Amino acid sequence: MQDNYAPNAKIRHPPGSHRAARNDRSGGEIASRIKGMKRTKEEAIIMMCTRGIGAKFLRCGAVIGAAMTIALAAHNSAAAETVKIGMILTYSGRDAALGEQIDRAVNLFVKLHEKDLPAGTKVELIKRDDTGVNPDLAKRLAQELVLRDKVQILTGGQWTPNAMAVATLTKQAKVPFVTMTAGGSAVTTQSPYVVRTGWTLWQTSYPLGVWAAKQGWKNAYTVVSDFAPGHDGEAAFIKGFTEGGGKILGSVRIALKTTDYLPYFQKVKDAEPDVVYVFNPGGPQATAFMKALDDVGIIKSKIKVIGPTDITSDEELPNMGRSALGVVTLGQYSPAATRKSNLEFIAAWKKEYGADSVPTFFAMAGWDGMHAIFDAIKAQNGKIDPDATMKFLRSWSDPNSPRGPVRIDEAGDIVQNLYLRRVEEKDGHLANIELETVGQFGDPWKTFNKTGQ
Amino acid sequence: MTTLITILFFGIAYGMILYLISVGLSVTMGLMGFVNLAHGVFAMLGGYATVTLMNRFAVPFLASLAIGCIVVSAIGFVLERVFYRRFYGRSELDQVLFSFGLILVAVALVRIAWGPLAQPIQLPNYLKGQVAIFGLALPAYRLALVGFGAAIIAGLWFVFDRTLFGARIRAAVDNRAMAQSIGINTSRLFAAAFGLGTGLAALGGGLGADVLAIAPAYPLQYIVYFLIVVAVGGLGNIKGPFVAALAIGISDTACRYFVPEAGSIFIFVFVFVVLIWRPNGIMDRRRVAP
Repeated sequence: MQDNYAPNAKIRHPPGSHRAARNDRSGGEIASRIKGMKRTKEEAIIMMCTRGIGAKFLRCGAVIGAAMTIALAAHNSAAAETVKIGMILTYSGRDAALGEQIDRAVNLFVKLHEKDLPAGTKVELIKRDDTGVNPDLAKRLAQELVLRDKVQILTGGQWTPNAMAVATLTKQAKVPFVTMTAGGSAVTTQSPYVVRTGWTLWQTSYPLGVWAAKQGWKNAYTVVSDFAPGHDGEAAFIKGFTEGGGKILGSVRIALKTTDYLPYFQKVKDAEPDVVYVFNPGGPQATAFMKALDDVGIIKSKIKVIGPTDITSDEELPNMGRSALGVVTLGQYSPAATRKSNLEFIAAWKKEYGADSVPTFFAMAGWDGMHAIFDAIKAQNGKIDPDATMKFLRSWSDPNSPRGPVRIDEAGDIVQNLYLRRVEEKDGHLANIELETVGQFGDPWKTFNKTGQ
Repeated sequence: MTTLITILFFGIAYGMILYLISVGLSVTMGLMGFVNLAHGVFAMLGGYATVTLMNRFAVPFLASLAIGCIVVSAIGFVLERVFYRRFYGRSELDQVLFSFGLILVAVALVRIAWGPLAQPIQLPNYLKGQVAIFGLALPAYRLALVGFGAAIIAGLWFVFDRTLFGARIRAAVDNRAMAQSIGINTSRLFAAAFGLGTGLAALGGGLGADVLAIAPAYPLQYIVYFLIVVAVGGLGNIKGPFVAALAIGISDTACRYFVPEAGSIFIFVFVFVVLIWRPNGIMDRRRVAP
């Protein structure tokens, strides 16, 4: 060790110490160094270098500083209307496919509609990766976006736990937050600066429970992913179903990181309910659930499988294969819908991302989210004021969204059509075919809690 | 009764998945004494090879598995010659740092090559749905997993207990200097054993792809399972991990069925208790021959 580091020893050890003396080997030099009159060659070079570097650094700094002042001045005069939007999504890990859906929709919207912004106004998207359900990371990223990047609007909000963490932050930072696909009801109650453009689990699962009871099914079992939206979906379905006279045989919550679902569904099968309500956050997990339902034989049995739109996530249908045939879901958007606005949207999407890419309800939440943000920017002529933005967003509406008429209500939740759909084969592909429109719904959870139920 | 048998079967099938993805590690870490955290990298590569061959080149499932296994064990062999062998005599911390670094490099490379998304696997029709056996309807895929697991443990037992190659490996593991002095080329032997271990990992990754999704995060996501099986099974033997995987699979599945509320923490409590009871694993060889 000593031999390896000998050259450094000269600098680390005071002149005249035993080691320095051994390395220098020249007695005269040591004597002069003690007096501080002469430096060794190496030390002199180091001094010169550091001085050179220091000077260069200073000069560089001056140049950069000057450039920045000029740029800043230019920025303030000409491009004052660049609206910075921070977007936190899951770009890596198991559920990156879901984040990609939102990201693509947002990019497509910006590409097609950037020209509609007021003259001179631009949007700058700053994207961050939360890697999955990861509230701590999401909060830190949001903090950086607000403090360092000075974003004026936050969006993304793919997961309820992450969106909750970001929402509490927006309360202090006063930054409007458009959460796209977080489905937990409580997210919009965390801060006056939050609206959602996706859905809530109460919104899809309460009417589904009511509908299931009307089908004459007496007994139900619920199986949900063990996180906030899952708990919401379970409670909402149970409320709807039991109000209609149905009985719940049992409820299971499955940890998000689980890989083997068979034992849970075997338990459901053994309980022999008329119907099983299933919720998972979509993506690869939706396929794993569906395969497990098929593997234990529930799909082919008399037990009906129903759930919110997530469980037959459109981009996963090809992976599920025939396992998913006949599963009935309640949802706000299916790419197979034949509305004119949807046909146009699908055409634009396929042109951009290829004929094999299918936009799902995740993409739809991103699309309408960006639409609302753009409208807010237009309404304020590019100068974002947090409170004016929130006032605008809480009354935003679009009668012609690809998913049908939508609006955001006073509570910041989305009000939209819900459609009953069944997985069927269409043109050689599986698709969620819309059977009927159940009606327009906001978030029932807020209504129940207002009236004290 | 049928329920109990079904649960037992699901447990065995789950145990087989755990065994298939970990057995390679019990060869490299258990026999060669190398703390190879990067084991999951080879399982992941096997999964990617299988899925890519099937989806892009329409190669049948079993052929894809075999090709993936061969390709990955060749990669393992090369890595052993170039990198791993330099770390045999080094401290465990060095080995951990090296193999963890290898994970990070592999995760990044795989993300560049295949993108961040999980790769879907389309199982052949004969592995889909259910098969009726003795009046029980059992999922075909799990049945195949059990079959493969049984075949592999039988094959490994034969190789290690009944062939000259196995005898040499056991000798080299017990006393490397002595093995060398009687003319065994331990360096080449370890390279071959490492290739075998990585090939098994690749096979596990490909076979288990329908349960453990193939994505870049694979080596990090499932590292706990590999280590649990080898830790509970004990180092230095191939039967230990098998018993451990089955025990974990069956008890975990039963717990999920009967007490679903405690489902996700059971496996960790189980490991905790076993390791307190037998710190060197349930099949600790050192107890017999100290």
